[in-house]
Formats: sequence, structure tokens, C-alpha cells
Amino acid sequence: MATIHIDGRPCPARPGENLLQACLEAGADLPYFCWHPELGSVGACRQCAVRQYSGPDDRTGRIVMACMTPATDGAILSIDDAEAREFRASVVEWLMTNHPHDCPVCAEGGECHLQDMTVMTGHAVRRYRFTKRTHRNQDLGPFVNHEMNRCIACYRCVRFYRDYAGGEDLAAFATHNDVYFGRHADGALENGFSGNLVEICPTGVFTDKPFSAVYSRKWDLRGAPSVCTHCAVGCNTIVNARQDSTRRVLNRYHDAVNRYFLCDRGRFGHGFTAAPSRLRAPLARIDGRPTPVPVQDALRRFQMMAQDGPVVGIGSSRASLESNFALRALAGPARFSTGMAEPEHGLARLVADLLRASPARNPTLHDMESADAVLILGENVTVTAPRAGLALRQAVRQAAFDIADAARIPRWMDAAVRTLGAEACSPLFVATPGPTDLDPIARATYRAAPDDIARLGFAIAHGIDPTAPDVPDLPEDAARLAADIAATLRAAARPLIVAGTQYGTAALPQAAAAIAAALAAHNSAAALSLILPDCDSMGLALMDGLSLDAVRALARDGGIGTLVVMENDLTRRLDPAALDALLAAVPHLVVIDHTATPLSARADLVLPSASFAECGGTLVSTEGRAQRFLQVLFPDPPLQAGWRWARDLAQAADPGTAPVWQDLDDIVAAIAAEIPSLAPIGRAAPDAAYRLDGARLRSEPPRISGRTAVRANISVRDRPPPAAPDTPLAPTMEGAYGPAIPGALVPYYQAPGWNSVQSLNRFQQEIGGPMRGGDAGVRLLDGARQDETPRPRSAYATAIPAPFVPRAGEILLLPEPRLFGTEELSTLSPPIAARVEAAALRIADDGGATPTIALRLNGQRVVLPVIRDPALPPGIALCPPHMALRAFAAPAWAIVQPHGDDTP
Amino acid sequence: MTERPLTAMIDPAAGPPDCAAYGRAGGWRGARAALRDMTPDAVIDVVTRSTLRGRGGAGFGTGQKWSFVPKEPAATRRKYLIANADEMEPGTFKDRLLMEGNPLQLIEGMIVAGYAIQAGHGVIFLRGEYHVALDRLTRAIADARATGWLGADILGSGFGFDIHVHTSGGRYICGEETALLTALEGKRAQPRSKPPFPQVGGLWGAPSVVNNVETLCNVPHIVANGAEWFRALGLGPDGGTKLYGISGRVRRPGTWELPMGTPLREIIEQHAGGMRDGYALRALLPGGASTAFLDAGQVDVAMEYGAVEKAGSRLGTGQAILLDDRTCPIGMLHNLEHFFAQESCGWCTPCRDGLPWVERLLAAIEDGSGAPEDLDRLADHARLLGPMGRTFCAHAPGAMAPLASGLRLFRADFEAHIHQRGCPLRQAA
Repeated sequence: MATIHIDGRPCPARPGENLLQACLEAGADLPYFCWHPELGSVGACRQCAVRQYSGPDDRTGRIVMACMTPATDGAILSIDDAEAREFRASVVEWLMTNHPHDCPVCAEGGECHLQDMTVMTGHAVRRYRFTKRTHRNQDLGPFVNHEMNRCIACYRCVRFYRDYAGGEDLAAFATHNDVYFGRHADGALENGFSGNLVEICPTGVFTDKPFSAVYSRKWDLRGAPSVCTHCAVGCNTIVNARQDSTRRVLNRYHDAVNRYFLCDRGRFGHGFTAAPSRLRAPLARIDGRPTPVPVQDALRRFQMMAQDGPVVGIGSSRASLESNFALRALAGPARFSTGMAEPEHGLARLVADLLRASPARNPTLHDMESADAVLILGENVTVTAPRAGLALRQAVRQAAFDIADAARIPRWMDAAVRTLGAEACSPLFVATPGPTDLDPIARATYRAAPDDIARLGFAIAHGIDPTAPDVPDLPEDAARLAADIAATLRAAARPLIVAGTQYGTAALPQAAAAIAAALAAHNSAAALSLILPDCDSMGLALMDGLSLDAVRALARDGGIGTLVVMENDLTRRLDPAALDALLAAVPHLVVIDHTATPLSARADLVLPSASFAECGGTLVSTEGRAQRFLQVLFPDPPLQAGWRWARDLAQAADPGTAPVWQDLDDIVAAIAAEIPSLAPIGRAAPDAAYRLDGARLRSEPPRISGRTAVRANISVRDRPPPAAPDTPLAPTMEGAYGPAIPGALVPYYQAPGWNSVQSLNRFQQEIGGPMRGGDAGVRLLDGARQDETPRPRSAYATAIPAPFVPRAGEILLLPEPRLFGTEELSTLSPPIAARVEAAALRIADDGGATPTIALRLNGQRVVLPVIRDPALPPGIALCPPHMALRAFAAPAWAIVQPHGDDTP
Repeated sequence: MTERPLTAMIDPAAGPPDCAAYGRAGGWRGARAALRDMTPDAVIDVVTRSTLRGRGGAGFGTGQKWSFVPKEPAATRRKYLIANADEMEPGTFKDRLLMEGNPLQLIEGMIVAGYAIQAGHGVIFLRGEYHVALDRLTRAIADARATGWLGADILGSGFGFDIHVHTSGGRYICGEETALLTALEGKRAQPRSKPPFPQVGGLWGAPSVVNNVETLCNVPHIVANGAEWFRALGLGPDGGTKLYGISGRVRRPGTWELPMGTPLREIIEQHAGGMRDGYALRALLPGGASTAFLDAGQVDVAMEYGAVEKAGSRLGTGQAILLDDRTCPIGMLHNLEHFFAQESCGWCTPCRDGLPWVERLLAAIEDGSGAPEDLDRLADHARLLGPMGRTFCAHAPGAMAPLASGLRLFRADFEAHIHQRGCPLRQAA
């Protein structure tokens, strides 16, 4: 550690960081705007001016921008220097010449970095007496409001949107104090990370549009740490709620996972918790119609059903470990299904097995950002695991960092690093059937059918390790590419292979694992990342159970009396004929879900469960990280967590043997005790007994004023605080809070003088480092670590697929999910629904000109708009799952039908 | 008659020479000497010894600038030589004369400079409004390509070099070398932080040198005639000749090539013919809009880098703007600050939001709505924006140079405007 002297106080500083970071880490209040911990320094706002002295004898010193000045050992600086203070106050005064001072009607008010910095500099009296410039605002779509008059031109928005996230439709226009940040014309922001502008913007230019419709001041919002449920990455979030509804989702920093950013699906997908399709009361089928019944009646009905034969439980990859486990306890481990059909069921298990056995590292998202050579083998990562895609986008910057290191330019000197590395891109290879968002930064792309991509992968493994099986008959261009990729990965310091289960092909994760294993023999930093589809896919893979296909077989044999389905819409998993056959063979269907689905409409009994916001639970992300989400809403009975319904059903069926878990910690302990692979989940977060300074943690900021409460003349409390047995967070503003709270328990970010999300700096051990109170979650599948002895390489998979052969009159439909529209729950959120585009099929250029194509699949005929893409290999079609064909989620051959031919 | 190497071949009546005529009149001697007989380092050495300093305004040693470029052959590393022809400094029109009058001299200078730093690619970043220069440069480049002076393997030296002309979209800040590079890349014209210096990481990250047109035009003559010859051309410590210019109410405004260090009085009185009848010199900006005012008593200053700096201003482009006694200094300042405020790129706060405030204060004072505390605000800005390092680049310090000196020199005028609620000159008229 270096030592720097801030106004005479010696403070530790990390060599190589900049003075602004060092000052913030030392707890000093030094205002800034354009610097962002993840975006680095560019020196635009000139707000962090300090006086720096060249040595102890230097009495004059000079004004420098702290963010642009490296912290060297022995550096002497003054924040309190009169001239530096005057300059900083002047910067705010200049910014304020055109700022509208509309804080009372601004959604940012009360959590505005500009407000905080203005107060911090002491600028209080307006001396600029001329008119302000005004701008026209734009409609930027359903996610983000635009109020350009508030802009202070810190350039963070375009630096994030363009430089960091690769967006192109947001830019800085015009010059001098007319600078305008917007699109060339009104329209929805196209980039899938646009919602981060809300947190990136230091003032109220970009604000959360859905939130503004249900707006509350920060100090009137309850917060709880949560985990995103809209893909398997496991981004950490803060869910804000008031009264009975979720209001918004904010990023919750996790230094190894999502760090500072979320994707738009995660940020704006929470609206399903208030969808009209929410279930709020038990429904029993009476005279053929679903009819609300009291809880006791519902449980009695189940008691009767349970006497008609074995109960089989179908779990869900979108339900918590606890709900799945409770269902497993209800039905018995042998009659519990993961709720996944083949091939998904087998693939989830395969991925868990591969990650467990791989001699390569299992990288965190943050590790993925620093990979210096990346191969994506058959997965459209930016849609299946969007935040991981954003991490991979950063990986290509390694070459620029190397150049900067050689030129002794610190990596945080963002503009300089980007200038030097303007044409330097570390290798990224994208092998996918169709186009992906990462193609423009890829060194090479390879468009082929999944089997051919897997063959390329096996050939790469063979190129790295000749003892890996060779791929016969590989076309010359693919062989050349394989050799190039093999050599590149072999030469890299931190190579990373990414694959997944999107295309339903075991050969892809197997080929990826083979490459990673071949690399790991020489390079202990080689990493393998495998992507599963849902927020708890990995949890189910570790818990294990029957596939849906096994359940169908059981039903055919008359082995099911009652089917209890936990938060799983089977109409998305089984095609109509298969589902009909299953339900016809089962006397009773019970559905536990928070949202009505086509399946729940067919149930004999429906029990309303709590959404992620209304209960606590644990999810296991695709990297095998168990993470806890905590309750932020306290709904009235009968809404309760899925696991409580399963417990209650078990008690109704057989009070003697049923589990008696009372609260979340009981069932977490039960899971840990029963399933060895899940044993560590108790450490995912502190339990409900956690106390800081002897008190529970508060989940609301201290209420600064009661005036914003609608019924303030009666009471500033929205409702009496309920009991909260599942969470260590008190549901009120009373309780402990401070920068050392565990990362898993952060309900909101705030620090003295820092009311915006920028106060996060105060909660970190160092800027961009771990949380002071410890990071959230626990890794269940720790990959090989660099410091351990190499794991033995398991045998290479030998089942190399045959080359893909197109079929005449048929086409291989491949699932191509979308950021918006194919994930079940987010699509129920109105802002996401507004961004869903109609389903269309992407095919190779077949020479045809018809705007649609007619297909027949499993007896269903569907006509879809068609996009002809000359880059696509012939014989395949990319089809968004669950849209035109609701159950379509795995590769399937479809018959291409002439138009107008409706013969079955 | 002193030697005038830069303008010797310029004949407004005849138009610019073609390649053959250029050679007959003594052109190409520098390029031949460099490419046939000298190593790149030898060219850098002679230019360094000549004491040639940048003629764009900053006055940085040209040879020294080149010496920072990584020494790899052009064939193995992409590098760029860029002629800064974005002549947007108010009152400055010397590069235009050089490019319109003898474009091949610039091209020869670029070939030699490109050879010295082993850059295979040349770019002329040309002010968008310079249509005549564009036309003549384009023809000259075509002519040079046709006669083998541009292209692969020039003079059998193995060195290949070609030139692309880029016309600017038109921002003053493009004259700042890093903003020029950013603009050339097709991005917003914003300056870059240094390091990396352009010589190491410039255009598209490649080593690049940006030299002013007049600087480059000197290069062939130095290589052909030697460093000692060049140094001897100057009257003082700085070598060479300089294109000086005068605008304002003089009898013959214009630009002339004179020995470096020629006294300002000589330029005004002998070459510009002195002030027009009825006008007296009040003050002047010696080297463009971004240099501090000198008052009428300082006209004996030698127009060379050190002497002008000692007098409290900068040589800048050497193109002076004269203020006479019948023009309102506040109006002139307002005009200047309007320009600077408008031309702020909008990147850093003090410049983007400070300059428009200055402009509006000056407008208010000029139109009679000024208040005494406005002078404090103006002084605040001069003090806060003036020193280098407060703002991202030198634009705001340049804008504050005339303001700070103007506040000192024209204090009485400011006060009169405020007390009489308007411009006394206009009120008298």
C-alpha cells in the first residue's frame, strides 16, 4: 500500500489508483460527476479539483483533477485548500447556470448525485442572472424518461451506452452549452442495458419510466436485497416497494457478479408481480368453474385427492430451492420432477456434472471480463444470459489494456486507453447458428448448425490436445478456423470457453468442456462457463428429480393420483397433445403459482403463491452460486410462499409425517441437511436472527419528511409493520444500518452526504472491490482454482455428432430466445410487453420471396413471418421459443408447407 | 532584400506552379536530399538543429516533436503525418496563402516530414471553407502522384507516402491537434487527454505527428540549405522567416514573410502602411484571438516567441489584430468571447458553461444592462479559467487571454459602459 496525505492526514492508497478513488476510499467527501468506478476517468466535469504539492517543501502546489492524477506513494494533497474549494463550487455554479432547479418535481430528487454534490461544494447562491437554454425531450420508449434540461453534460450516459454496452442509438449532439444527449429521433433505446442510464445519470435526465408512474420518494420506499429471476445469471438487485406493490428494481452491487449493471429484462421485468393475472385466492373447480374457496376448504380438498393415489410433484426452474424442496418433501424424492422435459432436464444435469468435474476454472462474471481470448460455442449469450454478454463485451478490451500497461497509462484513464487501443481487440470467436450482438467485436464468426458448431469445438479441443478425439471429414474452412482458434486459445493467458443449452444439444457443452479441459492441462487459468436457461435451473440440477418425460410415463401407467405443479406452466414445456395425454391420465391437478397460466386454468385446485418480492428464498445461478432473495412485500393471507403451500398440503395429507418448518431458516436448514450438494446454502446470506448493533436492519431510509405520504395528516405510516419471520430486515425505518452491513442484506444505499446510488462507494472495501460486510451468496460449484493442484482431466466425450445434413421439405427449428418476449414472467411486465416484437422465423436465403412461411410441427400448423438471412446455413430456422409455438423450446424438424395447403 | 523561402514561388497572377515548374524554380531539392542522401534520423537532426518551432501557435520544437515517434520503418508500422490546415484562428490567413500560392511546397514538406518519422500516410486536415486551397491541393497531389513524388517507392528510396485531403466540418477546436485526430476518426471533435501523446498513440491509436502548414513548408528548405542557413534567417534566437499578418484599420492589411523577430512596429508601419487617417492604434492581439492584448506602447516588441511572451502575450500565429481608438474594446471583447463560447466543444464544464456566461456578461455591459459586480464575475472567470490545467484543453485559457488583459487595459471603458448604461462610442455617434 502507498500512503498519501490528505489535508495532513496520512491515508492508505492502492498504488496505481487515482487520487479521487483514494480520497473516496479514505472516506473523504470529494465531489465528482464524470468519473464512474466502472467507466474510469475522462476529466470532463472538472469537479474533483484538489491542490497537489510536489513534496513537503512545496508551499504553492497546483490544482489538479483528482480523477486524472495517479496516487503515488507520499503524494500530498489538499481537498480543503481555499482555491480548490472555490474552483469546485464554481464548477457546480457553472453546471447550475442551465439546470432547471426543478428538484421538487424531479423523480431524482432526494437521491440525486447532483443535489448531493451541490450541497457538498457549498454552492448556494445563484449569481448567473441570464436566461437558461432549454431542450426538447425525446420519447425513448417504455423504459427511460428523458428530461434534457436537467443535463449537466457529464457524458456518463454515452460513455456507458456506447463505449461500455456497445449501443449506437444514443449520442452526444451539438456543442458548447447546447450539448444534447439523445437519439437521432424519438424511439425506444435499442440497447438491452438502457435502464442503467437511470443509475449512471447523476441527475434526473434519464429516470425510470415505469417507476415514475408509481412514484415515491426514496425515503418512502422499502427496499430488500433480491436476486433477478429472469435468467440464470443471478444478478443481485434491490427491489423497492411501497404499500402493496413493487415499484422498481435497482442494481445491487456484487463485485463478482453483476457489479454495477443490470439488463433491461431484469430491471423492468418485475411488473409481473402486479399483473392482472396474479392469483390472490385459492381456486377450486366447482361445477367445472374455478371458484374462490377458503384456505381450509382448499386443504381439505387436497386431503381427499391425496387418498386417490400417489402424489407426484412437478417443480420448476423458476421457483426457489425452498419451494422445490418442499414439494419434493410432499411427494417424496422418487416422485419429484424437476419440471424440465428432455432435452433440458438432461442438459441441466450434464452442465452441473461438467462444471463439477472440469479441470478448468468456473469463472464469475467479473472473471469473464478479464478473459483475454474467448470462444462462444453455440450460445447467443446476450439474450440467454444478457449480463454475461455484457461481461464478454468487456473481455475484448484486454488487448487495449496490455497496450496501455506497456505505455504506463493506468487502466482507469479510460479515454486514453481507448485511444491507444482503438484498433486492438482481444480475440473473441462467436460460433452460433445466427447473428448475435457480439458479432461486431468478434475476430471471427462461424455460422453453422449446432451439430457442426459442436464439431468445430471438438476439432479445437483436438487441435489443443491431440489425445482428444479427432473430428473426421471437417470441411477445410472449418478445419482452418479450428486450428486458428486452438492456437489463439493456447496462446492466451486467460482463455475462456462459453457454451450453454440454448440449442438443446449435449454436444455443445461437451465440446466446450473438452476444449477447456485440453487448455487446463497447460493453463490453470483456463475457464469454462456454461449457461442454463432459468434462475433456478442449476438448483434443480443439483437437487435432481424425474424429467417430465418420466412423469408422463408414470402417468401412462396409472401411477399418479394427484399431480402438484409448483410455479411451472407446463403448456410451455409439453406440446398440447403430450400435455392433454398427461392430464387425462391424472385424476387430480393442483397448481401452486403466483400467476394464472393456461395450466392453472385446467387445475382442480389452484393455490396462490408469493412472488419473489413477497417471500424469501434461495436460487442457484448458472455458475452455481446460491443466493438469497428477501421479502420486501408483506401480503395478506392466503398469499404465501410456495414452500409454505407445499408444507401445508403435506400436513393436510398426513399430519403425522409432514415437515413442520415455520420459517425460511428452518427449510434452508432442512435442505442443507438432506442434499449434500446444497449443504452450504445456509451461508448464502445471514439468517433472520442476524442483528447489527443488537438490532434488526431497517429496510426503509429514515423518513426525512412525512409530507410526501398521501395520508400524512392521519399517519405517515403506510400500514402497520407486519411480522417478518423470514428476514433479518425490519419492515420499517427503525433499525440498524451502516456501511458494514452484509452485501446479502443491503436494502438501499445511503451514506451521510451521499443520498444517491453513488453512496455505494462507502460500502466497498475499495472502489470496485468486495463489500465491506462481505459479498452475497455462496458458490456451490467452485471450479478449479489457480492455487490448487490440477484436477485430473476426465475422459473426453467421444460422441462427436455427425455433420448436419439439411432435409428436403423439412427445416430444423432451433430455439432463438429474445431479450424481450420469450422469458415467461418478464413478458407479463407492461414495459417489457411493450417491447416485444412479433415472432418471426429467420432462415437462410431460400430464394423465396414470400413474406411468411407455413410450418407443421407435432400436428400444429403455424404461419410465421420470415426473415431471410444469407449468412444463415441452409436447412435450419431460428424460431423464438414459446411465442408462435408455445411449447417449442428445443430443436425440432418441422415440415415446410406450401402456402394455402391446410391438409393435415 | 532578405530571403523569403516560403513565398518565393508565390505569384498570385500566375497561380501555383506545377511539378515541373516547381522543380525548375528550385523545388524538390529538400525531398531529393532527404530521400536519397539522408537517414530519417539525419532529417530529424537537421530540423532539430535548425530550431524550427511550430508555427501554429504553441511554438513546440518541430524536431523534438518528431523525435518522440517510435523508430520503426513505415513499411512495418502504420504511422501518420498530418498537416494541420484548419486555419480557424480569427485574423489569421497565412496557411491559406501558402496552400493557395504553392501547394507543392506543403506536399514536399510532408514527404520529407513523413520520411523523417517514417509515416506512410499523410493527411491534410483542411478548413472546410478553403475551397480554392482544396482545389489546388487536390490538383497538386494528383500531379505529384503522376510524377512519382507521391506513391510507392519515391525516388527509388523504398519509402512510400501518399496524401489524403480531409475537409473539416468546421469547428475551431479541430485546430487543437488531439481534437483534430478525434474528428479525423469521424467522432465528435473533442480534445484527448495526454498521455498518450499523438506521437505514440494518435490517429486510430497509431503514432501520428500533427504539424502546422507553415511549419511543414519550412522543412524542405531546411533540409536543402542546412540548419545554419535557417537559423541565420532569424533576427534573434529563433531561426527562419515567419509569415506575419496585420488586420484592423491599417492602410494595407495583409500577410508578409519576414525574418523571425521583426519588430512589430516595422510590420505595422512599413508593411501594413501604418494606421489609416483618423485612427490611432490603441491595443493589439499579436498572434490571433487567443493571445493577450498588448497596448500601443508595446509595439517595439520583436515578433519572436520569447520576446512576445516577455511582453505579456504570445506570438501565437504571428497574425496580429489591431484595435483602434474609434472601436469599442468591449464590443471587440464581446465579439471574441462570442466566438470562443460558441466554439467550446462542450466537453468540460468550466469552458462549456463558463464561456457563455462571460459572453452574456459582456453583451449586457455593451448594451447598457451591466452592473458593477459583473466586472468581478468577469475577473473570476479570467482567474478560474485562465491557468492551464483547470480546463481540459487550452481553449478556455486562450479565451481568457484577451479578457484578462482587456479587463486591465480597458478598465475605464468597462466602468464607463456600466455607469453610462451603454457604449460611450455609440452614444456619441
